[in-house]
Amino acid sequence: MNFKSLAAGAALALGLATAATAQDDPVKVGFIYVGPVGDYGWSYEHNEGRLAVEEAFGDKVETTFVESVPEGADAERVMTQMALSGHDLIFTTSFGYMDSTIAVAEKFPDVKFEHATGYKRADNVSTYSARFYEGRAVIGHIAGKMTESNVVGYIASFPIPEVIRGINSAYLHAKKVNPDVEFRIVWVYTWFDPAKEADAAQALIDQGADILMQHTDSTAPMTIAEEKGILAFGQASDMINFGPNSQLTSIIDNWAPYYIARTQAVMDGTWESTDTWDGIEPGMVAFAAMSDKIPADVRAEAEQMIEDIKSGAYHPFTGPINKQDGSAWLAEGEIADDGTLAGMNFYIEGLTGEIPN
Amino acid sequence: MDLSSIDPILLIAALMVAATPILLAAIGELVVEKSGVLNLGVEGMMITGAICGFAVAVETGNPALGFLGGAAGGAALSLVFGILTQFLLSNQVATGLALTLFGLGISALIGQGYIGVKPPTTADLNLPILSDLPVLGPILFGHDAMVYVSIGLVIAVWYVLKFTRVGLVLRAVGENHDAAHALGYKVVRIRLAAIAFGGGCAGLGGAYLSLVRVPQWTEGMTAGAGWIALAIVVFASWKAGRVLLGAYLFGGITVLQLNLQAAGMKIPVEYLSMSPYLITILVLVIMSADKSRAALNAPASLGRAFHASS
Repeated sequence: MNFKSLAAGAALALGLATAATAQDDPVKVGFIYVGPVGDYGWSYEHNEGRLAVEEAFGDKVETTFVESVPEGADAERVMTQMALSGHDLIFTTSFGYMDSTIAVAEKFPDVKFEHATGYKRADNVSTYSARFYEGRAVIGHIAGKMTESNVVGYIASFPIPEVIRGINSAYLHAKKVNPDVEFRIVWVYTWFDPAKEADAAQALIDQGADILMQHTDSTAPMTIAEEKGILAFGQASDMINFGPNSQLTSIIDNWAPYYIARTQAVMDGTWESTDTWDGIEPGMVAFAAMSDKIPADVRAEAEQMIEDIKSGAYHPFTGPINKQDGSAWLAEGEIADDGTLAGMNFYIEGLTGEIPN
Repeated sequence: MDLSSIDPILLIAALMVAATPILLAAIGELVVEKSGVLNLGVEGMMITGAICGFAVAVETGNPALGFLGGAAGGAALSLVFGILTQFLLSNQVATGLALTLFGLGISALIGQGYIGVKPPTTADLNLPILSDLPVLGPILFGHDAMVYVSIGLVIAVWYVLKFTRVGLVLRAVGENHDAAHALGYKVVRIRLAAIAFGGGCAGLGGAYLSLVRVPQWTEGMTAGAGWIALAIVVFASWKAGRVLLGAYLFGGITVLQLNLQAAGMKIPVEYLSMSPYLITILVLVIMSADKSRAALNAPASLGRAFHASS
């Protein structure tokens, strides 16, 4: 018996052995985060979802995660590695992983992929996102009522539909209650860079903003707001520890129920490629405790708005709404369709500045 | 666009804060290079200083101790470089690059328990009468102590290099280590001291980032500031005053571009974001355009290994 056949025999035996145990193997679920799990924002909440999956299924699942994965070639490598190491389900949790997810999924048809906030699907790639704009409508309302300088500072990450939608929604509702309100927007071109976000917060405060909103993942803007004694809204997670006096409320992303449901589907063999876009109603978008600084009437209005959105009585994008150039977008009473919202690439009337390309 | 919303006084005050980490790191590196050593590990030493300073400040609750800790951390890491290059005669460029990678890694390791922790606040000085002066008050007297320390360091380095015996010896070692050795100066010892000073300054700059400017610890938070510091030293043609100019120019444009964006400037954001790098380098290149004179300024023994027997 030469070495080759020996090796082949060993491999065969090994293969039989693994096949025999395959049935009892836990479902392996992988998560890829764009920031560190300790960002106390976006990636932190995804990781909370992962922990909830472990909690829910115990020994029946095995979860792994890789944090701070840059969008692009690195992400593709990490995904491939995960797929090769026997993961059954992989959550890729940033918009910028979209093309990488599709490319890797093509190579591993048996592995299920779930991509957050994207719009490209395949037979083994689902997409999921939360209707953050519902939350932003509420904080926009509060900001419009509470700003004294009438300048709201907005730290934006990348000019993608999700971020633009958030800006539009917040501005629309601030403007409704305060026609003089003005939004100053800074694009930092990063999801997570505390130094850049802090600089941007500082620049906005220097320009007279007395309320900050952020669509980036670190707590740096909240820290700066606290230090300078102005108000701010947290993003993705409760940031009250970083702005005990500043935080008015925070939009919280609650991924746990979704992650648990999808893991269950893989276990049951009922997993299908789907497109999920949930909002306040099923609880994917939630709020941190409202600060005492919010006057009682404003708070009541905000809570009413949350209820109305929940019950479907109110849609944050209800006409009449014009685009920035003055052309009509939604007629009186018309409600924006999901397709337009998903691909939103224009500002609404009243916002200044241009969306970078 | 609403340029009137940009307040030049606040802008200048903000740029001084934004420039301080780079200024500290650059002035330290200037001394190192003047002694004839090229340490490319500034980024690594900065980030190590950032986490060491942060950890010490959080544990003791005292930001001043934090800054000392940051300087100590940076200096300790730089001494690794010092021992490798001065005693074991390893290649300075390769060792410096390795030091950056090592610093990024070790800082992430030390920082595991410090993500999302809030450091104690570093108070602004707010000198009673001076900070209330109309224009000069917020620009000159409204900062935290480290901004003044950084400016003081630049002046001290300039003075020591130009007017004192210590400075002369340091420059002699950097210009011609063989001659300095022949005169009886301890080349290796002097270089080690310079390396430690540079590491301390870089650590201080890192600590300023994590304790004042952000204030928070995150992996890789220096985000290339160390490389900018290195570039500023070269383009400033090894002159302390120009290092100050370069750092403030960089900090200034960084802050200005954010303000222009917030004011709704009709220039694509991409151009604005690259402008600090472009403009700083352009200005310094133009200033040191006279090649023959710029070359004279570079320490002649820069980056060359020294061994007493050779």
